[in-house]
Amino acid sequence: MKKVLTGNHAVSYGAMIARAEVVAAYPITPQTQIVEKLSEMCADGDLDARFIKVESEHSAMAACIGASASGARAFTATSSQGLALMDEMLHWASHARLPIVMANINRSLGPPWTIWTDQNDTISRRDTGWIQFYCESNQEVIDTMIMAFKIAEQVKLPAFLTLDSFYISHTSEAEELPNQKLVDEYLSKYQAETDLDPTKGSPAYGSLTTDQWYFELQIKMQRAMEQAYDIILKENDLFEKMFGRSYLPVEGYRTDDADYVVFVSGTIASTIKDAIDRARENGIKVGSAKVRLFRPFPKAMIREMAKGRKRLGVIDRNISYGSEGAFFTEIKGALYSQSEHPEIHGFIAGLGGRDVTVDSAYEMIRLVVETSPEKDINWQGAKL
Amino acid sequence: MAKNKYFVEIKSIDDLPTMAKTMGSMMVNETGSWRNVYPVVDKDACTRCGICWKFCPDVVVSEDADGYPVFNLDYCKGCGVCANECPKSCIAMIEEGK
Amino acid sequence: MVEIRFHGRGGQGAASACTIYADAAFRGGKSVQAFPMYGVERRGAPVQSFVRLDDSPIRARHNIYTPDHVIVLSETLMNTVDCTAGIKAGGTLTINTDKSVEQIKKERGLDGDYKIFTVNATKIAVELGLGSVTSPIVNTAMLGAAARVTGTADIKLLMECVAESAPSKPEKNAEAAKETFEAITV
Repeated sequence: MKKVLTGNHAVSYGAMIARAEVVAAYPITPQTQIVEKLSEMCADGDLDARFIKVESEHSAMAACIGASASGARAFTATSSQGLALMDEMLHWASHARLPIVMANINRSLGPPWTIWTDQNDTISRRDTGWIQFYCESNQEVIDTMIMAFKIAEQVKLPAFLTLDSFYISHTSEAEELPNQKLVDEYLSKYQAETDLDPTKGSPAYGSLTTDQWYFELQIKMQRAMEQAYDIILKENDLFEKMFGRSYLPVEGYRTDDADYVVFVSGTIASTIKDAIDRARENGIKVGSAKVRLFRPFPKAMIREMAKGRKRLGVIDRNISYGSEGAFFTEIKGALYSQSEHPEIHGFIAGLGGRDVTVDSAYEMIRLVVETSPEKDINWQGAKL
Repeated sequence: MAKNKYFVEIKSIDDLPTMAKTMGSMMVNETGSWRNVYPVVDKDACTRCGICWKFCPDVVVSEDADGYPVFNLDYCKGCGVCANECPKSCIAMIEEGK
Repeated sequence: MVEIRFHGRGGQGAASACTIYADAAFRGGKSVQAFPMYGVERRGAPVQSFVRLDDSPIRARHNIYTPDHVIVLSETLMNTVDCTAGIKAGGTLTINTDKSVEQIKKERGLDGDYKIFTVNATKIAVELGLGSVTSPIVNTAMLGAAARVTGTADIKLLMECVAESAPSKPEKNAEAAKETFEAITV
């Protein structure tokens, strides 16, 4: 059944049809509608979950950690400063290997106070050990909600998905609500490895570990991330078979015969398609590649996508201060070990919600096609 | 560390659990080795009220057949909470080796 | 692609109006997108919200600068906001006012390349018991005007969507849309 819903409500419906059992969240603009809808669903009995009201995002994640460790499918949602406040618990969740799922609205960090979009809130959580998906449409949001639980629960790592503030969170679109029976078939009940039931033993979790074994536990996390990459591909295949929609970690648009490829994530990945079409009409062989997965980073697919191109571009809606755009760094890193290195442009666009239009996307495409890169940061759409 | 019956040997990364946890039970950790003083109960004064059992932070107090407290010295850290809480002051903390 | 911009005041329901309109167009077979221009506006402050409609999937995810149609929920907004900004040549401007097209053209010096329509949505809404004269609920009424002027949504589907989303008086809200739809001749 197709329905017109906001991106935020797509998240709420996603949590509902994935049968989340515990929802603990604290409201923050622009995520509030997610929580409001979920609390309504719990109150109306549409969602058989325990809704835990908390006093902060830090507590929200702490509650999810307890819930997940005790065997419940746990969900939370936040944004920006809320995610930053949660940080300590983010690390705890991944080190404890708890498959919590979270939706984060990409909202710029303050000060100055702001509610509009960029990715610095999640990019700066790069090393928390969470699987990270960046979504481009409302449909992708609802579908990713379902897949995220299944992937996370197999590799025992938490996962979050992101939505651009307002450009998805408050934008209504028609989206297919996956059939509950089919979702139940795809996603069975969560079976926790940890068990807090004292009748089943009495281990202590996460207690002091010296250098004797901490190192190896870290290797296990990395291995789980590597395994997650394969599982993401496998689960996407199954999802496509069952629901007819596919979301690859790197998704090309008109890249088959492209001499130039521009990598991009989030809603700009959607907008740029109109600009790619315009460039194609002008006879330019260019395509775009959406990078949907940031952790684990899909190096193999990036390499495949970059192969044989004349020049590449990367559009980042984020910045690692003192360095460059985060996707730019990652993509260059993935290509370094390869024998061929196409030239590569780094763009930073749309910080703080600055609008990235088809025209501005076209301008970036033009620079990739016509010029050689001279610097690591090309500020796009900034008042310089 | 002494290897008691609760000890689970980990040789390589493959033996490690997914998440850091005590292997089997916390009983592997014999905290009795931390002790300087140990508790001794004066059975003549003891009323078998059970307050030492209730307060022991390491759950080392159990009852003998007559209901008097017995301290498991493999795990007792010698903290003295029992002696402090005893309403009859009939638990003495005696220095190790004496 | 058809792009519509609604001008309203915080609390007037311009954002909900856009979602309802998109829903009706979607039920009529269109690809749709509706979004508010979000700020930190409070009740009464001028706000904008948008609808995109197309026969093929909509991929543009950015603000609308050159709308085909503009709907103004209250004429007083035009005192402080340039509601005509960016209207495409040959587009339309529909205003909730008790004035005639000629009168408003003259008073406000509207001479751009767009067609102007006026409708007294406030009177229609108040007569139907939607809000009061001082704070009428005109968003649903203006949806009917939008459907008539832009010709992008079926009035029956629109009334259905209005009735489904109205928090109270669903029939009266749907009726308001119908009355403005019928009050305008294009």
